[in-house]
Order: sequence, then C-alpha cells, then structure tokens
Amino acid sequence: MNRRPRLPAAAQALVSGDRRALARAITAVEDGDPGADAVLKALFARTGQATVVGLAGPLGVGKSSLVNALVGYLRARGRSVGIVAVDPSSPFTGGSVLGDRIRLERSADDTGVFFRSMASRGSVGGVASATRDVIRLLEAAGFSTVLVETVGSGQVDVAIHEVATTRVVVTAPHLGDEVQTLKAGLFEIADVFCVNKADLPGAEVAEKDLSELAALGTARDGWRPMVVRTSAIAPSGIEELWTAIEAHEAYRTASPDRLAAERRRLAAEIVERVRDRVAADLARSLDGEPSLAQLLDRVVERSLDPRTAAELVLAARARRR
Amino acid sequence: MSPRPAKSPIRVLIAKPGLDGHDRGAKVVARALRDAGMEVIYAGLRQTPEEIVRAALEEDVDIIGLSILSGAHMALFPKVLALLRREGAARIPVFAGGIIPDEDARRLRRLGIRAIFGPGATLEEIVRTAQQLARGPS
Repeated sequence: MNRRPRLPAAAQALVSGDRRALARAITAVEDGDPGADAVLKALFARTGQATVVGLAGPLGVGKSSLVNALVGYLRARGRSVGIVAVDPSSPFTGGSVLGDRIRLERSADDTGVFFRSMASRGSVGGVASATRDVIRLLEAAGFSTVLVETVGSGQVDVAIHEVATTRVVVTAPHLGDEVQTLKAGLFEIADVFCVNKADLPGAEVAEKDLSELAALGTARDGWRPMVVRTSAIAPSGIEELWTAIEAHEAYRTASPDRLAAERRRLAAEIVERVRDRVAADLARSLDGEPSLAQLLDRVVERSLDPRTAAELVLAARARRR
Repeated sequence: MSPRPAKSPIRVLIAKPGLDGHDRGAKVVARALRDAGMEVIYAGLRQTPEEIVRAALEEDVDIIGLSILSGAHMALFPKVLALLRREGAARIPVFAGGIIPDEDARRLRRLGIRAIFGPGATLEEIVRTAQQLARGPS
C-alpha cells in the first residue's frame, strides 16, 4: 500500500479520534472558513465508503425519535454512527432553535456516536454542500454510518438528500389522503418509506397507500421503494427498517451504474465549486464596476431596463480586457 | 483552526441539569436568543453534567446557558465547570438562570459561572450578556 501523504495537524487530529478537532472542523465548514478547505482536501481520499442514510419527513412524524432508535439498534451491533440533524434558520434574523438532540438517549461516554445539529443558514445549495462536507468529516473520523435528518418540505431537503446513499421518507398515520403522496418532491426521492407511529390507528392504511404508490411508480435506477412500519417509542420495526436500508445499500453497491452515478455526482460537485468561485470573484469585482453606478441611475428612473444594463456592463468589461 | 468569522452566528447550548421539569424559562430564553440571530442547541430536560459538556463539545458552542429550578445548582453547576476544565474547554463561558439565592450566586460566580439571572431578569439583558460573553475576550 502506498503511504499516504502527511496530513495537516487539524486533519490528523480528526482522523486519530480527537472529537473536538472533528467538532471544530465541522464549525469551519459551516462558517465557510478557508481553514476547512485544507482539511477536506487532505481527507477526501479517506471518504466515499460510508453508508449515508437521509431521513426526511414532515414536522412531528417522529424523525428524531426514529434516529434515536436506529442509533440504539446500530450501537448494539457495534457500528459507530455519526448524526447530522438539519433544522431551518430564520430568514429574518438568521437565528434558529436546533432541538433534535433532545431525543438522543446515549450514555455520555459512548464514543461510537457523534451528534451534530446544523442550521440551514443561507442558500439551498449552501446547506446541501455543507452537509456533504460534514458527512465526509464524520466518515474520515471513523463513523462509517451517517444519519442525516431534515424536515421534509421542499427543495432544501431534496437537495440535502442528494448526498445520501439511501433516502428514507418518514411519515405517520393521518397526515392526509393518498393525493399527498402524488405531489412532486419528497415522495419521489424515497428508497424506503417508513410509516412511523405504527402504534397509532391508521398506520395500516398509510402503509397500503405507500405500497401502492411504490408499486405503481417508475422504478428509479431499477429500485422500487420498500415500505416499513415502525414505532420509535415501542420500539418496533427498527430492525425491519434497517434491513430495508441494507437491502437498498446492497442493491446500490452491486448496481452496474454505480461508478457512472458516482462520476456524475462528483462532476456536478466540481462544476458547482468552479461556478461558486467564479461567481464570488465576479461579485467582488462588480462591487467597484464603474459602468454599474452610472447605469444604475438610469435603471432606477426607468429609462433603462436591467437586462440591457447587464449587457452593457458585460460589454464595458469586455472592452477593458 | 482560526477564530470564527465575526459574521458567523453565535452557537449557544441551552440545557437543564437536574430533575425539575420546569422548562418554560429555558424555552423563552432559547427563543429570545434565536430572535437575536443565534443558533440555539436546545438539549432539553434532565441533562447530567456529563451530557451537557459532551453536547457543548460536539456542537462546538461559543457559550453555554444552564437553567435550573430544583435547588441542586450548587451540586450541578460546579460539576459542569469541572468537566469543562477537564476537557480543556474552560474557555467556553457558562451563564445560568433560575431560582438561585444571592449567597449561592456569589459563590457560583467565584467558581466561574459568568452571569446569573433570577426571576426579575429581562430577556434583553440576557441576550446582551450572552452576546458579550460569546464575542468578548474570555
């Protein structure tokens, strides 16, 4: 085996099990701190093998309790688990309350678990990309199973779940009739459907609706979603849930498209990083763009439209080059 | 890693050590801190000092707020401070709220609790203090 190049100190500490080094590296990723880049560059070669389970679903279906039950199940089987729980940031104040930790019932000295709460902060792309990097940090730190928990509503969650290797959509009885399951978005990304709160009446109906949805739908990458019923408080069905997740993992890793899918994902990441850098450089240089200030006055008084102004700015920059 | 950029949100852990179930105050404070733009990790009721310190380190918080109404503050707060010291994390400021007699409050301040708020404290005061403690030189 080739000897790996020496790691920067922060990355070395993280790899050797220093939990505070891991926590700080995650903060650096969230803050967009350039210090995180060096760590992520150094650790990339150690990533890509983890089982990353995304759990999404509406508020109150019991995702955090389910995560807690899964963690207990996996720990009893000797697997170490990293958890990332994403909650929304206020678009008005930027603040957030991250409360998913409440459900975690682990002894304080269990080093096989690392739980991190994340606020979504700015953009959709931003949190998805930060989540991907945090998963890599957890994997490099030795957590070969990572659970990612998000509220399942809309684009943010679909984007976050692009980074999961198996996507579980969690629901509960009486959350609406089956028309809800026809709506585009969350229900389309599921590899596994989980009807939680199976101790409540109505769980069978919900399971039946989802099973029909799964049977009727077009199989994505040849996989038809499995449906399981769980009760996180009983707890029951947790083993069935994990079995379904492992079945999907086995299918995915045996799939002939696996490499092609990985290439597509990484190509998209490279393009995204190039685009982000170019966009940031451009935004900086446009800050002092002389033509912009002059044109803006005319746009404000409606004697010029923003589209033409943008073309004139580009033309002025091209002339100077 | 370098110090956090000034524009990054303050991360704060709010936890209730001890066995009382009165978390109204902790929730109101959590919400006020959220509205001041902070990321509040709410750890909930009946947390042991070990769990609180573990959460603070995993979540890499800038500040810890403890709420207690059971009267066990003289046993539990010093334990949290001692565990933080043991983990080399004594720099994380700890503030507290609850029913804490003046005499105890003086002793807890000497032990390293940076601020203590009783029933008369305003949310504005708590938010301002939390901001100063999190950002200020510690």
